[in-house]
Amino acid sequence: MNSSFFFGITTLCYLLSSVFYLGLLIFKKKSVGKVGLVLAIAGLLCQTAALVLRWMESYKMGIGHAPLTNMYESLVFFAWCTTFFYVFLEWKFKARVLGAFAMPFAFAAMAYASFARGINQEITPLVPALQSNWLLAHVITCFIGYGAFAVACGLGIMYLIKKWFGASASREEADSGELPSLKVIDDLIHKTIIFGFMWLSAGIITGAIWANEAWGTYWSWDPKETWSIITWFIYASTLHARFTRGWNGTRIAWMAILGFLSVFFTYFGVNFLLSGLHSYGSS
Amino acid sequence: MTNRKKNIIWSFFASVKLALFLLFILAGTSIIGTVVQQNMPPEKYIKEYGQSMATFLQLLDLTDMYNSWWFLGLLVLFAINLTVCSLERIPNVIRLVKKDNLAIDPTRLARMPIRQSVVLDLPRDTALEKVKAFFSGKGWKMQQRDRTEGILLAAQKGAWTRFGVYIVHLSILVVLAGALVGSPTVARKILHKPDFAFKGSIMLPETRSTDHIFSFLDGSRIDLGFQIRCDYFTVEYYDSGMPRTYLTKATVIDNGREVLSTDIEVNTPLKYKGVTFYQSEYRPYRDFVVRLTNKATGASTTMVAPGARKIQWAEGGVSFGIIKVKGFGESVRQVKIWFGDDGGEPAVFWVNNNQEALIQRPQGEYSMTVKQHYATGLQVSKDPGVPLVYGGCIMMLIGLYVAFFMSHRKIYVLISEEGGKTMLLFAGSAHKNKVGFEKYFSSLVNEFKEKH
Repeated sequence: MNSSFFFGITTLCYLLSSVFYLGLLIFKKKSVGKVGLVLAIAGLLCQTAALVLRWMESYKMGIGHAPLTNMYESLVFFAWCTTFFYVFLEWKFKARVLGAFAMPFAFAAMAYASFARGINQEITPLVPALQSNWLLAHVITCFIGYGAFAVACGLGIMYLIKKWFGASASREEADSGELPSLKVIDDLIHKTIIFGFMWLSAGIITGAIWANEAWGTYWSWDPKETWSIITWFIYASTLHARFTRGWNGTRIAWMAILGFLSVFFTYFGVNFLLSGLHSYGSS
Repeated sequence: MTNRKKNIIWSFFASVKLALFLLFILAGTSIIGTVVQQNMPPEKYIKEYGQSMATFLQLLDLTDMYNSWWFLGLLVLFAINLTVCSLERIPNVIRLVKKDNLAIDPTRLARMPIRQSVVLDLPRDTALEKVKAFFSGKGWKMQQRDRTEGILLAAQKGAWTRFGVYIVHLSILVVLAGALVGSPTVARKILHKPDFAFKGSIMLPETRSTDHIFSFLDGSRIDLGFQIRCDYFTVEYYDSGMPRTYLTKATVIDNGREVLSTDIEVNTPLKYKGVTFYQSEYRPYRDFVVRLTNKATGASTTMVAPGARKIQWAEGGVSFGIIKVKGFGESVRQVKIWFGDDGGEPAVFWVNNNQEALIQRPQGEYSMTVKQHYATGLQVSKDPGVPLVYGGCIMMLIGLYVAFFMSHRKIYVLISEEGGKTMLLFAGSAHKNKVGFEKYFSSLVNEFKEKH
């Protein structure tokens, strides 16, 4: 059994988990949500094993490096971060139905990584520019941030759905399939954005230090860098609007979605549509 | 704040609306430079966008927008806004930090959201000592004042964390200051000292040395104040043909003395006297670096030799020629050598690029290494702003942590007597993460109850 086998199982787990969470949202049966969680955790464990295996496989090939170096590996790691962050959120805030808005992101990332054309799944050796310890710090910090922002976006969508269609609000518990109260979602969006913002800042900083070690410029307005700072500006203004102008609810929900669109473009759009230093992330 | 400051310009820059507007505009305009490719030759823009659009782009500096007057202007406005906003609010924060907690109206404690009452069967003064001892054991140093309602105790922690957000604001200014200090444009046009901060490059052939580089800014020559020599350059490949390593062996010569010999690779630059040399490119040549040693006499030479020509090494008494090469693109993998001296038939053989060949001749043994001649392309920079930028970055992370995850917490205790019993009213407040503080507060009070 190799890492691809486990990644396959992971994809399946995330798919089923998404389905069960959506089931929870629609049928409001507590047990359905429990299955969703078990599947998410099973997928997470499976994926962790697969990541470790892939790391070991790269050493067997004599080109040992962490599995965080190309589009395929980053998508897989993005799925891992999103699921990890979601499971943490469910454990901490006991709002199970959030899974219906978070797990589809994890599944989509795994499915895209596995089935999209032009995504190379091979373990490839590193070009000289990537042979640095900063690689690990940079990718991990960025993707923890991205994972949090994905969840924040899911929460934002959930907020808007609840706001528009949730007139028939009942008094049931959040984990029984009813969406949590708007106030709770709003607070979670805010907390998640704060968490992501911390890590995005760390990601930009580690990237800048790495660039300075490799090229002698910590900032060169390369499209990837520029888009990461655009994303940073968007979340910074979201936080300021909330702290100083009292924005909440619908506006923050929209900002969470807008922010994630910017994350998405930083991550994908730049690689596929624009050219620059991060070009090795595109295959 | 004094009235003098409270003029219209100050108010303009102190507004958060301006901050939000600037963040939005900076984000929005930054997109342009990711769509319009930056710093291409003018004719490329004409080809891609047509004459009138290209003129428009040039007019607004959109072809080098991150260095344009209007983008830098926005950054300056942003920095002023950040400074004024912070200065405007810091006095208020200092007031909150220095506030006399014991001056609070004790009746307000009974209305605070986080509170708990305890009745103790102890005399008031004993209870007072117990409360003080308990909280001081938990790191809360209680201060005390007699009020009409009873004895009021108050303690606070993390008052300074209210400054967290200003640490972040300051860190951004520090990073911007670092960028200014390290800017080659500022060094040249304002300080008139181009060697204070620069970015440039040099193409340095093997065996050659240089005491200057060429600036990226305008191609002008910048003296280093010392010399750097390229001793050796090589590219190593994976089996797939993908490059594995670009390696330069370089020596720094300062005042005629060789002071430092080291390897430069991508991600491991050479640093000397504030100047950093980065491996950035290379150029293969059609000639060769030849190292020859006469094992018997110990005589040795290193020379740059062209191919397909007979070359004499008079001192060693031999001549040689590189008569054929096998390669991969522009890089040489194998060379065919013709090697002769006065005694006997010349030797003709194939040898790998950069692999030592031992040649037995009637007069003795020779060692010969033939390597394709390369020039290494080094990017060279001197950026005295880097410590500021890094310091600012660390400050930012600390500031974000303090601003988001730490809070100013207060605990009050009002001790009064009623019907021979001592009433304790505990109350607390936190300026952030109230839920977490409430948990901590009740566990603290419950622990106190259990002990007494």
